[in-house]
Amino acid sequence: MMLASPVLAPTWTALLYLVAAVCFILALKGLSSPKHARRGNLIGAFGAFVALVTVFLSSRLQNLPWIFGAMVVGAAIAAPVARRVKMTQMPQLVAMFNGVGGGAAGLVALLELPHAENAWLRVAIVFTLLVGAISFAGSGVTFAKLQELMTTRPVMFAGLPVLMGVVLVVAVGTAALVVATGSVGLAVVVLAVGLVAGVLLVLPVGGADVPIVISLLNAFTGLAVAASGLVLGNVLLVVAGTLVGASGTILTRLMAAAMGRSVSGIMFGAFKGGSTAGSTVASERPVRSSNPEDVAVLLGYAQRVIIVPGYGLAVAQGQHTAAELAQALESRGVDVEFAIHPVAGRMPGHMNVLLAEANVPYESLKEMSEVNGDFKQADVALVVGANDVVNPAAKTTPGSPIYGMPILEAGDARQVVFLKRSMRPGFAGIENELLYEPQTTLLFGDAKESLAKVLSAVKAL
Amino acid sequence: MDGVQLLTITVLAVFVGFEVVSKVSSILHTPLMSGANAIHGIILVGAITVAGQATDGWVLAVALLAVVLATANLVGGFVVTDRMLEMFRGRKAAGPDAGKDGTR
Repeated sequence: MMLASPVLAPTWTALLYLVAAVCFILALKGLSSPKHARRGNLIGAFGAFVALVTVFLSSRLQNLPWIFGAMVVGAAIAAPVARRVKMTQMPQLVAMFNGVGGGAAGLVALLELPHAENAWLRVAIVFTLLVGAISFAGSGVTFAKLQELMTTRPVMFAGLPVLMGVVLVVAVGTAALVVATGSVGLAVVVLAVGLVAGVLLVLPVGGADVPIVISLLNAFTGLAVAASGLVLGNVLLVVAGTLVGASGTILTRLMAAAMGRSVSGIMFGAFKGGSTAGSTVASERPVRSSNPEDVAVLLGYAQRVIIVPGYGLAVAQGQHTAAELAQALESRGVDVEFAIHPVAGRMPGHMNVLLAEANVPYESLKEMSEVNGDFKQADVALVVGANDVVNPAAKTTPGSPIYGMPILEAGDARQVVFLKRSMRPGFAGIENELLYEPQTTLLFGDAKESLAKVLSAVKAL
Repeated sequence: MDGVQLLTITVLAVFVGFEVVSKVSSILHTPLMSGANAIHGIILVGAITVAGQATDGWVLAVALLAVVLATANLVGGFVVTDRMLEMFRGRKAAGPDAGKDGTR
């Protein structure tokens, strides 16, 4: 072939990949602290840039116009979506980006199969095919669940465990055949079986647990990328993929722990019947409801108010109004804090992002362990669009699906005010006894509208 | 590079991966997940390598699809993470544009 020899010697290539790998490690490190998080992410992006320049300079690549074209298409699709997506819809976007990464790893492995010289490489290839496909399809289902294109409740049908078993057997069988024969046709079958497995894996997971699954699939994609690095003999892919696989595994466990669940309980809970399925029927029991003016008086003359924001606040896009209410109260001398449950919103840490977007300084955002003792001294706990995260059933009802989940002790406050759309139960579908307690008042309506009414009433005090 | 060297690197990377995120505050779980998600978009390097060696039309087509998907993962991942983190400001920086999208 008449091609120019590569610009970079192999040593330089290896060194530049090392630089990129170090950037990725620094990125993850930086993302672990609020101060350096943004810089960490930029270091990661810089590492990726170095790696891309390196790959173009280090080997004799053909089809360059096509490759650049494809990159432009990919970036032109992703960047505007990433820039414009509403913060409330961010979890499903992360799921989507994760899925396409897994899909890319699977395709790369498929194309490398004819070049695999030994059985070990083919093992790495079938691993990438399966895990990449599971990640792609599983992320697709999580996207559909979060976007509410399908039900957010666990989907279970009688034959599911059997079907899952059959799929697993077929997957292992065809994978073994691919390792033995190197047949590309069978590899496509492995890919297809992986897609089915991904769908079946995520279907039985309930809505509230979906974020944990995103994190788990993120780790999966990392492993698939690492395996494809082994196949291509590319150290950077191995290091980056393994880093993501390992950190993603830890992160998944941290998130699950914050919900008081085990990862296996989340993935396979529905199989045991102890699912997160609950009632969606509104209760008929009597509650004490109130009007915005009374709530404003309660808040305006309190000394200490703790706001408990939940997903309902985010859906109603009420985070800015909540921030304004907090400011209005503070200017009256009321001490205001936001109590953030680790899984408030739809994804662990999601609520922090939403409130940060509304310019609530992160010093006012208190983590659960920090704030739980404070509820006893609080005059009012204002629960906005949250339900399960303050549900005492997590402590008192052993049979409940959320039993064992750490909760915010909003019930300890002298008064509890719920801003709720209706009496329908929360995401997990469980009745909340706190709503019927004597110190609890309810204000029905859209979270943002209710907050706006309370805000103007507070200003009028 | 031989298998044992690659294995060594892999095992060390596992420990580094465990170590760097072991003490992350729950405030940052979402951006960290998203950032890690962007990092595995580096599969783009693999996709480019495969596309650059393709001689057959079908192989090239599949490889280019992989390039599109991987670029979306990489670019989208870093952009959305940056957008999230842009919003994490301390008390000092919060101010004039507070509630700019809110009701008034």
